[in-house]
Amino acid sequence: MSAAPRAALLEVRNLRISFGGLAAVRGADLTVYRGETHCLVGESGCGKSVTALAVMGLLARNGRRKADRLAFDGQDLLRLSESRLSKLRGDRMAMIFQEPMTSLNPAYTVGSQMAEVYRRHRGGTRAEALDRAEDLLAKCRVTSPRLRLGQYPHQLSGGLRQRVMIAMALMCDPELLVADEPTTALDVTVQAQILRLLMDLQRDLGLALMLITHDLGVVARMAHRVSVMYAGEVVESAPAAELFGNPTHPYTRGLLACVPVPGKVRRDQPLGSIPGVVPRIGHGFAGCAFRDRCGQARAECARTVPWRTSGEHGYRCILPPGWAGPASLAA
Amino acid sequence: MLLFLARRTALAVLVALTVLTFAFVLTRLAGDLAIVIAGPEARAEDVEAIRRAYGLDRPVVIQFLDWAWRAAMGDFGQSFFYRERVSTLIWERLPITLTLGLVGLAIALVVALPLGILAALRENTWIDRAVGLVAMVGQAMPSFWLGLILMLVLGLQLGWLPISGTGSWQHYVMPGIVLSFSAIPALMRLTRAGMIDAMSSDYIRTARAKGLSRGSIVLKHALRNAAMPVVSITAVQLGFMLGGSIVIETVFALHGIGFLAWESISKNDFPTVQAVVLLFAIIYIVLTLLADVLNAVLDPRLRAS
Repeated sequence: MSAAPRAALLEVRNLRISFGGLAAVRGADLTVYRGETHCLVGESGCGKSVTALAVMGLLARNGRRKADRLAFDGQDLLRLSESRLSKLRGDRMAMIFQEPMTSLNPAYTVGSQMAEVYRRHRGGTRAEALDRAEDLLAKCRVTSPRLRLGQYPHQLSGGLRQRVMIAMALMCDPELLVADEPTTALDVTVQAQILRLLMDLQRDLGLALMLITHDLGVVARMAHRVSVMYAGEVVESAPAAELFGNPTHPYTRGLLACVPVPGKVRRDQPLGSIPGVVPRIGHGFAGCAFRDRCGQARAECARTVPWRTSGEHGYRCILPPGWAGPASLAA
Repeated sequence: MLLFLARRTALAVLVALTVLTFAFVLTRLAGDLAIVIAGPEARAEDVEAIRRAYGLDRPVVIQFLDWAWRAAMGDFGQSFFYRERVSTLIWERLPITLTLGLVGLAIALVVALPLGILAALRENTWIDRAVGLVAMVGQAMPSFWLGLILMLVLGLQLGWLPISGTGSWQHYVMPGIVLSFSAIPALMRLTRAGMIDAMSSDYIRTARAKGLSRGSIVLKHALRNAAMPVVSITAVQLGFMLGGSIVIETVFALHGIGFLAWESISKNDFPTVQAVVLLFAIIYIVLTLLADVLNAVLDPRLRAS
């Protein structure tokens, strides 16, 4: 984790997403810097995936997106027409998904699906595009890449399909790669390979990688910066080392207490858990959404909670920084 | 792909043989053919003479094998009613029915596919509901009635199209339109359902994430996957249109196979009935085979299994 150049590539301010009156995201702030891996963590349903889809402009038709600012390399994505946005997607910003089995079109060969995105954004002949596709498959450690170009998705395993998805996302040298739980659907051994691949690609190509995951182990291995989401809000955001060393939001602390740390947690010691469930957030909800599950909750938690920052570390809670002392979470 | 083709063809031949048998057996079940041919006032000797002349005195199995063998050679014998060779009758009428069927199908596809796609892309809007209404009205409209209305308006009042006969291509327009109405609702509904399904799939999300154009997303990525059930039903519909055009052939005085079938059944002209039944069966079989092959071309997964 070297010091990366601090140029914001993606800026999200007060992003709100709703589906037919149900709020999925209620004001998320996020900055992804060039050449950095930014992990977005949280439980299922906390709004990670829709945040990513909203950034890409890929929300389902009934999804409504609002934000104070949503900018890619200084360009306002909110004002961009669908056709201008589609020129950006697949070219400068690319995305891979959770379901490698169904994310490729069953009717077309790997080669034709990969060539298509290159020719759409860069032009050139089919042969040139296929050569590039072959190079990228090789880079994504796909064996006999020339042969794969002529194969159909159903002839490939899940891990291989995800590698194809990654290679396809890289066809036009994107600056931002959004990866929505790219390993969740894969076998554990394959998961490790894909994560290693993403890590290497991120470093070698200088990608800004927005990685969505619920796996804190993945975060610890890959993230430069972490944002923790809860019930449609970013509750804490910090450089990875800072977040793991000095988690401040009670929810983040709870999450970390749920992870067994070899050597630190004894075998007979029960793992942490967070009591209760994620609440349903209706209209007019105010205050901290975590207060019903929080051991530190008090009356003022029902009012709007400010975003506190100290240096690069920010969190949304009334508690002061260092309220529980640094890294006392293993107990 | 070759194995796939071989298997489908073998299956098709098997079905054809089965139909051949049924076509023969069903006509025998209709009663003593010699009596029917001879007519109600015939004497017993005449009936006996006819029975010998047509070989009806032989064992049924021999009759069947004889007929099947000749049929395989393209010889369906002599029609009792038309006093002509059955194969000649069919050759004369087949082009009319085929032309009508293909015109009807072409119109149906040109109308149903775009409307189905449009309805899917505008799901649950007034456009979708309007298209659905058109499909329902089309389904409910009897073809003879629609035929007469078209004749009155396009033929008699506006004088744009000839109202009966087979002289030129214009003669096929009106019956083609009427025939297409029987296929449009099913084709449209399937196109709509398939497109709705395809458009909400993960690979369409991928196509959008790749920044592809709207046209490429809808026509290249979604339609190809939505097309398979449409191809299958198109084959069935075309078979239905070729065989079921009796009413339309009557209304527009087109003397095609449908008309021939109706007449030969009512006259108990069993060689013709057998031949026509077999012909329709073979048309169905060939069409289904074509649909299977076309689907295998569309979907690589079918080729593999």
